[in-house]
Amino acid sequence: MTATQCGVFHESYGSDLQLRPTTMQRIRIVLVLAVVVILPLVANNYLIRISNSIIIAAIGAIGLNILVGYTGQISLGQGAFLAVGAYSSALLTTYYDIPWPIAVVLASFITAGIGMMFGIPSLRLKGLYLAVATLAAQQIVQWVLNNWDPIDGLQDGRATNALRIPDPKIFGYQLNQDEKAFYVFGVLILIAVVIVTVNLFRTHVGRAFIAIRDQDIAAEVMGVNIFRYKLLAFATSSFFVGLAGALLAQHSTAISWERFTIEISIQYLAMIIIGGLGTISGSIYGAIFITVLPELLREMGDFLTKSEVLNADDFRLYLPFIQRGAFGVAIVITLILEPEGIVKMWRDIKNYFRLWPFSY
Amino acid sequence: MTLSRFARPYEVNQPERHRLEVQNVSLSFGGVNALTSVSLTCEPGEILAIIGPNGAGKTSLLNCICSLYRPQRGRIVYHDRNLVTTSPHQLPKLGIARTFQNIELFSHMTVLDNLMLGRHIHMKKNIFTSMLYWGPGQREEIHHREFVEQVIDLLEIQHIRKQQVGSLAYGLQKRVELGRALAMNPGLLLLDEPMAGMNVEEKEDMARFILDINEEWGVTIILIEHDMGVVMDISDRVAVLDFGRLIALGTPHEVRANPQVIQAYLGQEHALMQE
Repeated sequence: MTATQCGVFHESYGSDLQLRPTTMQRIRIVLVLAVVVILPLVANNYLIRISNSIIIAAIGAIGLNILVGYTGQISLGQGAFLAVGAYSSALLTTYYDIPWPIAVVLASFITAGIGMMFGIPSLRLKGLYLAVATLAAQQIVQWVLNNWDPIDGLQDGRATNALRIPDPKIFGYQLNQDEKAFYVFGVLILIAVVIVTVNLFRTHVGRAFIAIRDQDIAAEVMGVNIFRYKLLAFATSSFFVGLAGALLAQHSTAISWERFTIEISIQYLAMIIIGGLGTISGSIYGAIFITVLPELLREMGDFLTKSEVLNADDFRLYLPFIQRGAFGVAIVITLILEPEGIVKMWRDIKNYFRLWPFSY
Repeated sequence: MTLSRFARPYEVNQPERHRLEVQNVSLSFGGVNALTSVSLTCEPGEILAIIGPNGAGKTSLLNCICSLYRPQRGRIVYHDRNLVTTSPHQLPKLGIARTFQNIELFSHMTVLDNLMLGRHIHMKKNIFTSMLYWGPGQREEIHHREFVEQVIDLLEIQHIRKQQVGSLAYGLQKRVELGRALAMNPGLLLLDEPMAGMNVEEKEDMARFILDINEEWGVTIILIEHDMGVVMDISDRVAVLDFGRLIALGTPHEVRANPQVIQAYLGQEHALMQE
């Protein structure tokens, strides 16, 4: 049942370029879609809320993977770009009364512009040096969030650090209250993002990105304008990260700078490393893993306290530390066991069963 | 091999060829003179070999021609453009392609994708068309795929089309790198030691490919090579560099008889060949 065909014979280049040429692959994707459709019908509100966080994280991780995994430009500015997306969509709806769907799109374009600006040092800097340069983006944006007046929201007449956002409504559903409505909306956007990025890497623009990662001098000699394509990678990546940030803002009632710190940048890097650098599906696996892991630990703790193995107060005290520790351990274990991430594990499993039970 | 039912026969355009003129080029790194007023011309359609002992400046000259190095003095003219002031990524538009001494392939891509990257400059569709893919984006991919398949046929690498380049044997990687440069449909091809580290059989194959590319596709070729037998057999003219100076330029026969060359480079080996 899990076996894929042993020989696929194409009769046209069009069919050779298909993403999923075998029936088995098509059945798998239909199964995944079925799960996605059935989930909101059976799951409770809590599960759907986690799914929504996963959707937002996945869009952000795909964006980061375009830059880090595919183009090889290490960025520590993910938190900053998420913040730009979130705050610009929030400010556009709050101060300019722009309808929120348009604000989300505008915010993505604004983030793309800002991302491109912070991509300029990539002309001269590579690898770790560029990472330090993008750290500047993180610090500058965070400073602006803390010190720029319009961003400090007013709540009940008091100035706060958080910015309140008008309720986003679509077809009478209020997205920041109704998790199911956001889920439907978010899944559609995620599917669109996946299709668009997968297509990007089937064509010459995506190939140029990968070429820059693998051998930048050779890419240049083959006619790739390195600087232009690096900026394009920064812009495309930041566009999707900005989209994730804007969705995050619309999903929450209020946003504040604490949600866009360097820690978030590192968390996103962990997602794409654990999921698989330079793969779209890896970004999604990583987003699921990193979002679900802390929740899972909490559930496990709750279970242990209920069964009185653990003292509840102690547990609550230690939970954040356990979560962080587990987070670190997870990264180390993946890097040792499978440096290419969950994607590679899944591929190995498929290959095993493809030949099963006669593996020789 | 069956191609698409819909595939049209792809016309390989005879690439535009021009004369390459290297005029008084001098290049130094700090106090080291890599090249000292080197002048030579390469006529359209010929195979010019550059030989010389290690550190003679062969690769430096090639890097100057493809704009990776900027010589302090001199001009390199191709198609009325001074290559010294041109950016490397603009050279493919003039029809100049090259391979590297140490293979510089995109090792995580498949052979096919590496060759398709060679078509990069001919692909004009923007990022939004790429993202939508179906329609114009796909048509462009298929159109260029047809050209790439001809390169694959020429170099006899059909069986590794879908393999990751990093996992291939050294000799095959060299061949793929040649294919990537050829996919650009260049008028001038610079080959930096295309046969280094190969056994006799692989060298014979490579020599055959180079001659085919030169004769059938009409590509001008400049190559650096250490194997004297190959150089003397396939090249129309030979340029000899020693300590950054051009000490001889002529047909293989003339160069072989040049006393300066014998002293600087051929030495004992040449004496043996004479026997």
